[in-house]
Amino acid sequence: MDFPYLSIIALSPILFAVLILMLPKERGENARMLGLAAMVLGLVLSLYVYIATYQSLPEAGAPWAESLRFVEEHSWVPALDLNYIVGVDGLSATLVLLTSIVGLGGVLVSWSIEDRPREFYAFFMLLVAGVHGVFVAVDAFLLFFFYELAVLPMYVLIVVWGWKVSREYAAMKLTLYLLIGSFVSFIAFLVLYFTPVDGGAPLRTFDLRIWSEASFAFNIQIIWFMPLFLGFGVLAGLWPFHNWSPDGHVAAPTAVSMIHAGVLMKLGAYAAMRVGIQLLPEGAVYWLPFILLLTLVNVVYGAFIAMRQKDMKYLIGYSSVSHMGLVSMGFAALTIAGFTGAGIQMVSHGIMTALFFSVVGMIYDRAHTRDMDELSGMRRALPWTVVAFIIGGLVSMGMPGLSGFIAEFPIFLGVWNGNSLDLNAVFGLNPSNYYGLVAIISVLGIIITAGYVLRAIQSVFFGEYDAEKWHDMRPLMGIDKLVLVGFSVILIVIGVYPAVIAPIVTSGMEPVVERLNVAQQAAQFHGGTLAGSAQHLLEIVAANLSSWLGGA
Amino acid sequence: MSPNITMSWVLALAPEIGLLVVLFCVLIFDKLFKPSSPRQVGLFTAWGGVAVLALTIVLYWLFSEPDPLWTLSESAFWGGMIRNDLVTLVFRLMFLSALILTALLSMDVPRLQKIEYYALLITATIGFSLMAASTDLIMIYVALETASISSYLLAGFYSGEGRSSEAGMKYFVYGAFTTAVMLYGMSLLYGITGQTNIYVIGSVFSGEQTAGVEPLLLLAAVLVVVGFAFKTSIVPYHFWAPDVYEGAPTPFTGFLSTASKAAGFAVFLRVFLAGALGPVVQGEWWAMLVAMCIITMLLGNFVAIYQTNIKRLLAYSSIAQAGYALIGLVTLTQDGSGATLFYLLMYVFTNIAAFGVIILVSNATGADEIKDLNGLNRRSPFLALVMLFAVLSLGGIPPTAGFFGKFFLFKAAVDAGLWWLAAVGILMAFVGLYYYLSIIKVMYLYRSEQDDVAIPVSRAAQVGLAIAVAFIIYLGVSAGSAFDLTRDAAAAFFSG
Repeated sequence: MDFPYLSIIALSPILFAVLILMLPKERGENARMLGLAAMVLGLVLSLYVYIATYQSLPEAGAPWAESLRFVEEHSWVPALDLNYIVGVDGLSATLVLLTSIVGLGGVLVSWSIEDRPREFYAFFMLLVAGVHGVFVAVDAFLLFFFYELAVLPMYVLIVVWGWKVSREYAAMKLTLYLLIGSFVSFIAFLVLYFTPVDGGAPLRTFDLRIWSEASFAFNIQIIWFMPLFLGFGVLAGLWPFHNWSPDGHVAAPTAVSMIHAGVLMKLGAYAAMRVGIQLLPEGAVYWLPFILLLTLVNVVYGAFIAMRQKDMKYLIGYSSVSHMGLVSMGFAALTIAGFTGAGIQMVSHGIMTALFFSVVGMIYDRAHTRDMDELSGMRRALPWTVVAFIIGGLVSMGMPGLSGFIAEFPIFLGVWNGNSLDLNAVFGLNPSNYYGLVAIISVLGIIITAGYVLRAIQSVFFGEYDAEKWHDMRPLMGIDKLVLVGFSVILIVIGVYPAVIAPIVTSGMEPVVERLNVAQQAAQFHGGTLAGSAQHLLEIVAANLSSWLGGA
Repeated sequence: MSPNITMSWVLALAPEIGLLVVLFCVLIFDKLFKPSSPRQVGLFTAWGGVAVLALTIVLYWLFSEPDPLWTLSESAFWGGMIRNDLVTLVFRLMFLSALILTALLSMDVPRLQKIEYYALLITATIGFSLMAASTDLIMIYVALETASISSYLLAGFYSGEGRSSEAGMKYFVYGAFTTAVMLYGMSLLYGITGQTNIYVIGSVFSGEQTAGVEPLLLLAAVLVVVGFAFKTSIVPYHFWAPDVYEGAPTPFTGFLSTASKAAGFAVFLRVFLAGALGPVVQGEWWAMLVAMCIITMLLGNFVAIYQTNIKRLLAYSSIAQAGYALIGLVTLTQDGSGATLFYLLMYVFTNIAAFGVIILVSNATGADEIKDLNGLNRRSPFLALVMLFAVLSLGGIPPTAGFFGKFFLFKAAVDAGLWWLAAVGILMAFVGLYYYLSIIKVMYLYRSEQDDVAIPVSRAAQVGLAIAVAFIIYLGVSAGSAFDLTRDAAAAFFSG
C-alpha cells in the first residue's frame, strides 16, 4: 500500500490534539509548539500532495473516479457498506493546501494566547482535522462525519475564547444553523442511498465514485437537489441562510475567524458542489438558474450591508457573504469558466479573509476596539498592517495583478455566457433572459466593495494618530509580520502567475461540468409558463410523497 | 425437550447463576473478608461483575453458548421459559457493563457504602438479565417483578431523605399499577390463545383467523404496552421518570436510566416482534406505537430545555432517547431492531458516563443543579472532558457512539419507508443539541466561585469513567463490529 498521505493530513491533528491534552498543566505553553508541529507537518504533506497532483493532471474528459489521486480505501461498517475512502482531485488538493496554510497562519497568530492554551490548541487541531477530512473524503458518509466533526470545535472555540459580548448567542446560532443544514443534506444522502437507479436495485453505498456515475431518476434529482445543495449552502453563506456567518465571525477569536471565513465557508461550497451538483446534474440544471438569483442577492446585498458596518469584523463578515456569493454564482453559471473562477475564488477569498482577520486581530489586541469611527492613523503604529490590509482590499475589489481578478473575472465571464443557455427551468425562468443582466449587476457590486474597503482603509489606517490615546500600542511581533507577508505573497503570486493554480482547479471542475453538459442536453424540461412549471413540480412532489407514504 | 435438566440448561443461565453467587458473597461480605474500609464491598461487586462478564464472553467465544446458528427450539431452555440466544447475550453484556460501572462509581458515595445497596443492584441485574432472556409471559412477569422490586427499594435508598423516599414511593405506586395493568393484558392474551409462550402465541395468530377476537386482542395489546412503556419511560407513561431520577441516589439513577430501560426494550422487542400481540402489527397497534414514538421524542426534548436540575434534564433526555430507540422497533425490520440494540448498548456507556460525572460533582458540591457544573473545566479537566464526550454522544455528534446509534436508527427508518419518522427524529435531535450544548457551555465557559477547588476523583471512578469514554469513542469510530453483533442478534427476534 502507498504511503497514506491523506490520512495523515486529515487524522494527524487529532493525534496532536490528544498529545496536547496530555501535557501537564504547568507546561501548557508547550501546546503551541505541538500545534505548530502539527500544522507544519500538514503543510509539508499537503504541499507534496498538491505538487504531485498537479504533475499528474487527468486527461480531459476522464471521469471523476479516474481523476482521483492518493486514494485509500478501507472497510468501515461492512454491514451497511460504509467505507473509509479518501482521495483528492485537482480542486480538493488545492483546498487541502489552503486549509494547511490558513491553519498554520491561525496557530501563528494565536501564539500569545493565555487562557487555557492546551484546550484551545486541542480544539483548534480538531477543527482543522474535520475540515481536512471533508476535503479528502470520497465517501458521502465520511464527508458528513468529518463535517460534523468540524462544527463542534467551532462551538467550543467561539463560546470559550470568543468575544465576550456576543459569543454565547453567536456560537449557538452558528452550531444550530450548520447542523440543521447538514442534516437536511444527510436526509438527501439517505434517499440517494435507498433510491433505485435506472429501474434497478438501489445502490446501497455512499461511495461518491459510484454515485457520481449513477444517473438518478429525473424526479428524484429535482426534489432532492435543493435540500442537498441548500443544506451545504448554509455553510457557504448562501442568502437567505447567511445570517449565522457574520455573527460567528465577529464572536470568534482571531484564529478561528480565519479558519471560519477562510476555509469553513469553502467547505460548504465544496460540499454543495461535490455532492449537490456533481451527483444530481439534472437537478442542478433545473434549479441553478433560480439559485443564481439568490447568489446575486448575496453579492449585492452583502456588499451593501458591509457598507453600513462600523465594526471591522462585521465589515469583513459581510464582505465574506458577498464574496462567497460569487463562488456560488460561479457554480450557477453552469460553464467551465464559472466553475474554475469559483474554485480560484475559494482559494483567493480564503487567503484574503485570513489576511483581513489577522490584521483586525492584531489591531484589536492592541487597541482593544474594532470600531472604525474610533480607530484612526494606525499606519503610524502598525505600518505592516496597512500594506497587508490594502493588498487584501485590492484583492477583494478584483484588481488585476492580484488573485481576486483571476477569480472574479472568469465568474462574470461564465455568467455572461449564460446568455447562450437555452433551458426552461424552474418557474419558467429562462436563463438566457437574465444571465447577462445578473453579470452586469454583480459587476456593479464590485464598486460597492471598493467603496467599503476604501472607506475602511481611509478611516482606520489614515487620518490623525492620537499618540496619547494609543500610548500602549506595542509593535507587531516577528510572527505576526511573517503571517502577513506569507498571505500577501500568495495573493500576489496567484495574481501574477495564475498558472500555479488555474490548471489544477480546472482539472477538478471538468468532470462536473461534463456531467452538467450531458444533463443539459438530456434534460426534458417542461417549458413555458410559470404556472406550468410550478404545477409540474407540485405533481412530482405529490407523486413522490404518495409513493413514500404508500411504502410505509 | 427432555424433562431432565442437562448441562446445557445450566449453561444457558450461567451468567445469572454467577451473579447469584456474587450476590451471596456480597451478603456475607463482612463476615467473609473482614473489610478494612466500607468501600471494598463496591470494589468486590465490580470485580464480581467483571468475573461474570468474563464468564459470559468466554462461554460465547470458546464454547458457543449461545450459538448464533441455533434454531428457535435449540435455543429454548427450561421448558421454553427462556431463550439463550444472541439477543440475551447482547443484553447481558449491557447489564453487566452497567453493573460494573455503577459499582465503581458508587464506591465513593458514603451513604451507599452498604451491603444492601450492592446486593439490591445485583438482584436487579439478575432480574434484567432474565427479562431479556424470557420468552414466556409468566417468566417475563416474574423477571420483571424481580427487577422492579429491587429498583423500588434502590430508588428510596436514602431512607432519611424526603426526596429519595418520595422517589421510591412514586416509583413503587406507578410501577405496581402499570405492571398490574400489563398483567391483565397478559391474562387476556392467555384467555384468547390458551398459551403463555410468546412464540407459540405468535404462531397461533399467524395460523388462524383472528377476526372474532380482534377487538379483545387490541385491548390486550394496549394493556401490555402500558407495562413496557412504563419500564422504558415512553410517553404517556413517563411521569415517574423525572421525579424518580431526581430523588433517587445518583448512581442508581444512572443504572436505572440505562439497564432498566434496556431491559424494558428487551421484552418489548421480543413480545412485539414475535407477533405475540396478534397479526395486527400493521394496524392500529402499530400506529399507536408510532404516535407514542413521535410524542416521546417531542415531549422529552422540548421539556428538557427548561430544566435547571441536571438530573431532571437527563431524565427528560432519557425519555427522548427512548423515543429514538423506539424508531428501530416500529420499523419492524432486522436492521431496525439491530439498530435499537446498538443504540441501547451505546446508551449504557454514554449515560453512565454522564451520571458518573454528576455523582462526583455532587459529592463535592452537595448539589445537582446545572449551575453546579460551572467552571468544571477548571476544577477538573478530566471530568469536563468525560462529560463533553457523554453529551456529544447523547446529542449524536461524531466521533462518538451516539452518532452511529442515531445514524443506524434513522437509516433503518428511511429504509423501511418511514422517512418522515426519521425526519422528525432528526429535527428533535437538533432540539436536543440545544440543551446538550448548553451543558458544554456551562462547563467550559462559566466560572464558579470555587474555581480553584479541585474536585477529587478517586482511582475507581477514574477507571470507570475512562472505560465508559473508551467505549463511547470505540463505538463511535469503529461501530462496525458492534453493529454486526447486534444486527445478527436481531435476527433472533424474527426466527420465531
